[in-house]
Amino acid sequence: MDSSLKKIKNGIIDENPIFVQVLGMCPTLAVTTSAKNGIGMGLATLAVLIASNFAISLMRNIIPSKVRIPAYIVIIASFVTMVDLLLQAYMVSLYDALGLFIPLIVVNCIVLGRAEAFASKNTVKNSVLDGLGMGLGFTAALGVIGLIREFFGAGELFGFKLYEALPDAVQGQIQPISILVLAPGAFIVMGILFAVFNHINSKNKAKAE
Amino acid sequence: MELLLLFIGAVLINNVILSRFLGICPFLGVSRRVETAFGMGMAVTFVMTLASLMSYIVYEYVLVPLDITYLYTIAFILVIASLVQLVEMVIQKSSPSLYQALGVYLPLITTNCAVLGIAVINMQKEFTLMQSLINGFGSAVGFTLAIVILAGINEKTNYNNVPKAFKGYPATLLAAGLMAIAFLGFAGLIK
Repeated sequence: MDSSLKKIKNGIIDENPIFVQVLGMCPTLAVTTSAKNGIGMGLATLAVLIASNFAISLMRNIIPSKVRIPAYIVIIASFVTMVDLLLQAYMVSLYDALGLFIPLIVVNCIVLGRAEAFASKNTVKNSVLDGLGMGLGFTAALGVIGLIREFFGAGELFGFKLYEALPDAVQGQIQPISILVLAPGAFIVMGILFAVFNHINSKNKAKAE
Repeated sequence: MELLLLFIGAVLINNVILSRFLGICPFLGVSRRVETAFGMGMAVTFVMTLASLMSYIVYEYVLVPLDITYLYTIAFILVIASLVQLVEMVIQKSSPSLYQALGVYLPLITTNCAVLGIAVINMQKEFTLMQSLINGFGSAVGFTLAIVILAGINEKTNYNNVPKAFKGYPATLLAAGLMAIAFLGFAGLIK
């Protein structure tokens, strides 16, 4: 149990796919206009990660090593197609918001990266746990970025209109920074968050020494 | 005229990187020096134009007649992966000097989501063959433009006194953010 928890924590904090490994930046920047979209994208990726890690780990002794990358891509693409069709059938609003980036989970470096670096060498149970941890780490990062952009950019929180609830006198004083929900905001928020993460990391390192 | 507008739109207004967020990984990774950025841009232009053509053919003449269009993700990624392999082999045989210039970047392109992304956009917007080609080529030119400009900025700021926490990715991302603001200005170019 202890080691299982450690695997999951590893994905969320120590090897966070976004802030530590810097993988999968495209969906991170593109869909995080709101917390809901960020978390939705994270969960879709999480589902693909667990399923593909499971399948690849199961077949790791059958797949010849020379054609392993194309084989992985076909496995991943099959799961992405399933997620794509499921979202289209049951969660249309999220499907519309994420749009192009659902089929693009195929080329998300995190999924192929974990397949090659972890699932191809480890047991099924550990691979599933690794997928769960990495997926949660990805979801958490996207959720935080989405939350910040939605809060400062639109004055909303999970679609709840905070700014409009303010009294008129306060509304005259402050304005949401609407550029943060536009394309440039993604780069700017991500850059600042990265700097904060670097700062905390270097402080922790200094403390450890 | 319509195709020219489509081209300008793909290069400047819907820039793959700065407004569509496709191909961020090579954008951040290969943007240290102008020379390598240009090499990467050329390789992407080559593959993306060909991939637009091939995925159009596969979609229109294989997936649609067989009524299996829902398999487009798998079909496109296979087309792109084999195309990259093929291009690599052909260039290696026919033009060693071009291979030396582009060779290192070619394997990276399979996982460049801009290539798959543009193929999917072409399909979703139901572009004709010509429109697909123009959109693919224009997007790739936009990619090259953005990555070369960023590499230029990076070369200049390399020797600046950047705060420690902002060194590396944060500074690059902020520079990209400012570029994206500048590119927002193109939005009114075409109605």
